[in-house]
Parts: sequence; C-alpha cells; structure tokens
Amino acid sequence: MDGQKMSSKRSAAPAAAASDRGVVTRRASRKGTVPPRVETGAERLVRCMEAHGVEYIFGLSGGAAMPIFDALVDSKIKLILTRHEQGASHMADGYARATGKPGVVLVTSGPGATNTVTGLLTALMDSVPMIVLTGQTPTFNLGKDAFQEADVTGITYPVVKHSYLVTKVNDIPRVVDEAFYLASTGRPGPILIDLPKDVTSAPCTAPDHDGVRIPGYVVPGRADTDVLEAAAAAITKSKRPVLYVGHGAVISGAGAAIAQLSEKLQAPVVNTLLGKGAVDETGPMHLGMLGMHGTAYANKAVEACDLIMAIGARWDDRITGRISEFCANATRIHIDVDPAEFNKTVTSHVQLLGDARLVVEDLLPLVGRLDTKPWLAQCAAWRKAYPLHYPTRGKALRAQHVLDRVNTLTDGKALFTTDVGQHQMWAAQFIRTRANRMWLSSGGAGTMGYGFPSAIGAQFAKPKTPVWCVVGDGGFQMTMCELATAAIHKLPVKVLIINNNYLGMVRQWQELFFDNRLSGVDLEGNPDFVKLARAYGVKGFYIRKPSDVDRVIKQAIKYNDGPCVIEAVVVKEDNVFPMIPAGAGYREMLIERPKGKLEKPEGST
Amino acid sequence: MTGTNHIPALGVTANTLHTVSIITNDHPGVLVRIALVFARRGYNIESLAVSPGAREGFARMTITSRGDAQNTEQILKQLKKLIDVVYITDHRDKAPVEVEIALVKLRAARAARTDILRIVDNFESQVVDDEEDTLMLRLTGTSAELDDCLGALRPYGVEELIRSGKIVMDSGASNFTHLLGGAS
Repeated sequence: MDGQKMSSKRSAAPAAAASDRGVVTRRASRKGTVPPRVETGAERLVRCMEAHGVEYIFGLSGGAAMPIFDALVDSKIKLILTRHEQGASHMADGYARATGKPGVVLVTSGPGATNTVTGLLTALMDSVPMIVLTGQTPTFNLGKDAFQEADVTGITYPVVKHSYLVTKVNDIPRVVDEAFYLASTGRPGPILIDLPKDVTSAPCTAPDHDGVRIPGYVVPGRADTDVLEAAAAAITKSKRPVLYVGHGAVISGAGAAIAQLSEKLQAPVVNTLLGKGAVDETGPMHLGMLGMHGTAYANKAVEACDLIMAIGARWDDRITGRISEFCANATRIHIDVDPAEFNKTVTSHVQLLGDARLVVEDLLPLVGRLDTKPWLAQCAAWRKAYPLHYPTRGKALRAQHVLDRVNTLTDGKALFTTDVGQHQMWAAQFIRTRANRMWLSSGGAGTMGYGFPSAIGAQFAKPKTPVWCVVGDGGFQMTMCELATAAIHKLPVKVLIINNNYLGMVRQWQELFFDNRLSGVDLEGNPDFVKLARAYGVKGFYIRKPSDVDRVIKQAIKYNDGPCVIEAVVVKEDNVFPMIPAGAGYREMLIERPKGKLEKPEGST
Repeated sequence: MTGTNHIPALGVTANTLHTVSIITNDHPGVLVRIALVFARRGYNIESLAVSPGAREGFARMTITSRGDAQNTEQILKQLKKLIDVVYITDHRDKAPVEVEIALVKLRAARAARTDILRIVDNFESQVVDDEEDTLMLRLTGTSAELDDCLGALRPYGVEELIRSGKIVMDSGASNFTHLLGGAS
C-alpha cells in the first residue's frame, strides 16, 4: 500500500461515454440502481486476459496495481498470491514451460516490478513466453520520484523480448493482443506491460481489437527448399552424424520428427540441458546430455562426429567449450527460428531458418539411411566404457544415488524442475526425461531460486502430473517463502532438497581450480528443512543414509495431500563428473577427479 | 569442410566504419533499445541522426559505428530482432547518397579571415554569423569532405563544433515501403 488516499475513479467515470461494449457487465452494477458505467482500463485488461485463455495470474499486490487487483475479484482468472515477486515470475515461467502457453505475472510498481527482473532474465535467456504486468505511478507523476516509482521499462529493456509503457487507456486491448502474440510466436520470450494507475483507472472505450499487425516482425515457418536440399546433401555424405537437440525442439514440439530422423538416418541424438525430453532419453539412439557436465559418451561422440546438426540449439558456451576446437572438422548444420543465432558463436555451413518441427519434417523425405554401423558401434562402446557412475559402497549418502532412485521409482511419469548447481547437473544426468515439457530448468541464466516456484507453476498447469522439484540447500533458501503458496493450494509438489551444506558447484571449482581455498561457499546456519516445512504445515521427510532412500521416495510418491519436503543430507564434498572445464576443449574432459592441480579455466564460471 | 568455426572476440579488429539505415516505430524508448544493442557489446555509436520518416508513425535513423564485419553483422541481426525495428540495411556494399552538415565557430581575427574564407571556398559553405572576434560557418558535404574542411580550419582555432551526423539514402527504387503497410 502506498499510504496515500486512493481516489475513486469509479464514481467519476462518465456514464454518458458508455458504448455497448464498454458497459460493465458486472452483476453488482446490473442489480443495483447505479446507471451502467464504462469499464475501467483494469477491467478491460482482465477481460482481454480472459479472452486469451489465461487461467492463472501469479502476483503480489501493491498500491499502483490496485485497480487491476480489484478487477480480478470478478474474474474467472485465478489469482495466485505469492510471497515474493521473484516467486511469481518463476511460477509463471514454470506454468509456461509446462504448457507452452504464456504465463502471466501481476505486480506493483517500484520494488514489486524490480523483483521480477531475475524472472524476466530467466525467461528471456530460455525463450519462455511470459507476460509481466507491472503497476506504475500515475502518468502525471512519471519521472517525479513518486512513491514506489521506478523506471521499469528502462530497467528491463535488456531482459525483455519487448515491452510497453501504456499511457492511453484505449491502447490496452491492442497492447495485450500484441503482447500475447509476441510472447508466444517466433522465438518466445517475456513481454512487460507497465500500467500507470491513472490509465488502469480511466474509462476504456476502445472497440474490440482484432488482428495483430507488427510491421517488420516475421515469424519464420518452413525453411527454404534450396537450403533444405543443401542440408540433405551434407547429411548424405556423413558417416558419423550427431543430432544436437536444444530447447527450440521442445518449444516447437519437434521431438517426434527428430526421433524419426534419427531412426531413418541411424544417427545418434544428444541434447542440451533444456533439450531434455524433446526426444525420449531412454531410447537406444540417445546418448544423453552433451557439454560441460554431459555424459562422457555423448561428448566423445560430439568430439569425433563428422556432422553435427543443431536443432533449436544455440551453441552455448556450456556446450562448446573452447570454440576454436569445437567440431572444427565436422560439417555444422544449424536449425533455428532466430536468425541472430546463426554464426553468433560457432559458424555453420548450412543455416536453416524456420520452426524446428517444420524444418525437420521437411528434411525427412530428402534423406535416407546412412552407413553408420561402425559409428553406432563406436558410440555403444563409449557408452559401455564410460557409464555414469557413483560409489555405491559405504554409508555415505550420495545425491546421485537419491536421484537415480527417484528416476527409477517415478518411472518417467513425473515432471521435474531443478534449481541451479551440482544437484541440477546430477539430476540432468540421472533423471532420464522421456516426454516433452517434463523437464524445467534454468539454463541460460542459471537462476538459483528458480526450481521451487517453477514447480508450483508447473503443478498448477498440470494438476494430475506428479511434479518433483530438485533443489540444493542454497537455491531453495532463495525462494522458500513460497512454501506458504504451495501449502495453501495443497499442491502435491515434492521438494527434494539435496543438502550438502555448501554452495556445492562453486566449492567444486574452488577445489579443482583454486587450490581448495574455500570462499563464500559454506552454508553454515542452514535451517532444519523438515522442521521448517512443518512450520508451514508442510509434510517433511529426512533421507540420512542410503537405506532410507527407497522407503522415503515411495512415501513421498504416495503422499498427495499437499506439498512435501524431502531433505536428503548428502556427503558434503562430492564433485560432478564428467566435466569439461569452462573454455577447455572436449579432449580435456575430466571423467573423474584429477590427481594434480588444474589450470584456472579460460571460460566464465 | 574444415577451417575456422568461430567468431573473433568483440573489439579485436574494430576498425571498419559501418553505416546503417534503420526504419523504426516512432515512439518513446526506441532509441534506448537501439543504443543498448551497441553498448552491451562495447561498441560506440559514432554518429546518429534521427528524424520522422516519410510515413507517419515511423522514424528513420542513420547510424555509423566502427567494428569488424562479423561483429557488425551480429549487431545488425540483434537490431533487426528488436520489435520496434521494422527494417534495417547496411550500406557497406552500396554507394548511397550521403550528406552531413556542420556548424563551426572559429576564433577569427580580422587577419585570419581571408585565409579561412579561402579554405572554405573549396567546400559547400556559408558564413552564418559574423561577429567581431568569431565567425560561424555552415558546412555541407559528405562526412569525409567535412573532415577535410575541419582539419584545414583547426589551426585557426575551433571554438565550437556540432555535426549533424551522416544521413544517407540509397538511390533507386525503395525496397522497404511495403513493410510499413497502410496508406502512404
């Protein structure tokens, strides 16, 4: 609340200006003796949201957004009150990734809006459709350092696909239509709409808006025929192909077509962290995740391939390592819906601009079976020689063991979200994702605090799907206030905390590259997470030793009356392997803990 | 197919001057979005000219910036990606019509005036203000011509200088007006 007296715009609305469309149809006004009045900008905004099929809005109220919150009282849209705006933004993100539909956030001006910046960055980096509505100080106060004023469009320019500062109430229907269109087409991304309070309070008389027209905005669909033919010609020459699948394949639903292509060519598949689930990771042609913490056999295949085809993937530095060495002698084909990704980091020989699914479907009839028998045998040999593994003897509880068993016991039916760090990489390795939109993780931004709220958003989106949220003790504490949100809605999210009492990934780097000089990684002072859960009325379980693992996981799977927290107290000092140090080449991959000291990495983090 | 597979790091060979024309929506914030594309990559905008375009609701800009070809290509793509950017073209392979205007104020003692006027006589110029101790000139020409002229004037003491920034337009038929839609 801004502590100022709220002016009642409602009574001031000129009834005479009412058009048929703009007349408020709320029961209260019909029943009463008050003459019909024109709907406010806020009411129109909510009506537009309803027309776009919005089911949930994740938000936190505040002074400048009050007209919008007021309008939601009479809407069928369910408002999910979060405990922090960052949580709201990640919930909308989780909802969006689980469904493919834009997630919607509503917050107030100033700090309410700035608390969504991390969520915007997370969504932008991972191409997630999201609409963030921010209340703003009235237009007559803009730039006057008014209470809870922030230049929100200014602050967020670098972290949005596009944004609007609405200064005319009758622009609202057009802006909302454009926002939904932009958020969900082409390369999806977050759209911010900044809404001054006088604009949302003013009468809106705009006619229904139809047809979005954004000059210069092109949504690529099918690739050019001659480029498809060039790609097919290159593929036909390959004896050691690899299909490298990214988030674009998930977004466009290209998985089935890629599986067909892999089968037809007899080409193995690898995926990025965000590409998990586009193609069933348990399939015989699938080598798992590539890159910094990918499987050794995926990375060996990428290192030795003679052709790599990126399908909705962007040759990120976690994937390439040292760029000058990455697939330097292979033919590189790139499929992307965003032309700015071509030649951004790695150059490619063939560039297919279009929707990943359409491009792969169009490629299918142009290619035939390749002579890859020796190549597949080689990949199988690597798979056998360098399996993912962890010590199974001894009393120490290991994160990998817990995740391996969660993977087995959930049987491919659960949706997983993760936070960021060691647990994320172990989960990516051991949770084998079988279906699209069943794996949600912050990849590009690497946002700690993402895992738990995104699981809440995903559970709202998919009430019947088991949702597991794998988090570390560090990241969970960044957004754990949303335990209240999960609890009051009785969402059966299973929060698995891999607790090593460290910011483990940074500790791993300090051990390997900084002479084990630990700095800023010891999470001394952690709460007892089970007791904390209980304080919110949330069920809690401990996993303290290997023999607890299966029993507790099964108990958690059975418990669906609300959220539960599983605190797995794992060994403090364990490292994620395989590992390609940042900026190093694939041939420098570490499959296990090295004996001596390593050079400081060239690449960032 | 072998050879290089990567783009050199930013700023390594930032040397060539690129001139781009951009057609944008004409509303607040567009310039900031465009400036951020350059600033984020450590690139400096060397000159910038903005005005309303021929069609209402759209603005036109000419921007010059230095950089190597590949990074400039990336900046162009990122600019094109902005929703408010309707059309963008790099003039590197064309010879567009180009003009720039400068106002320059010189300390001009009586004795030096003849020399000054002899210098500017070789360029398209006009004396727009003639005071006791100063002389203000308007210079028109290509940016290179202005560079030459100002170089020659510098020994006489340049007090103030403002250049409009280069503005360019491709000759021949327009190739983007269909993107703007609506009536002209």
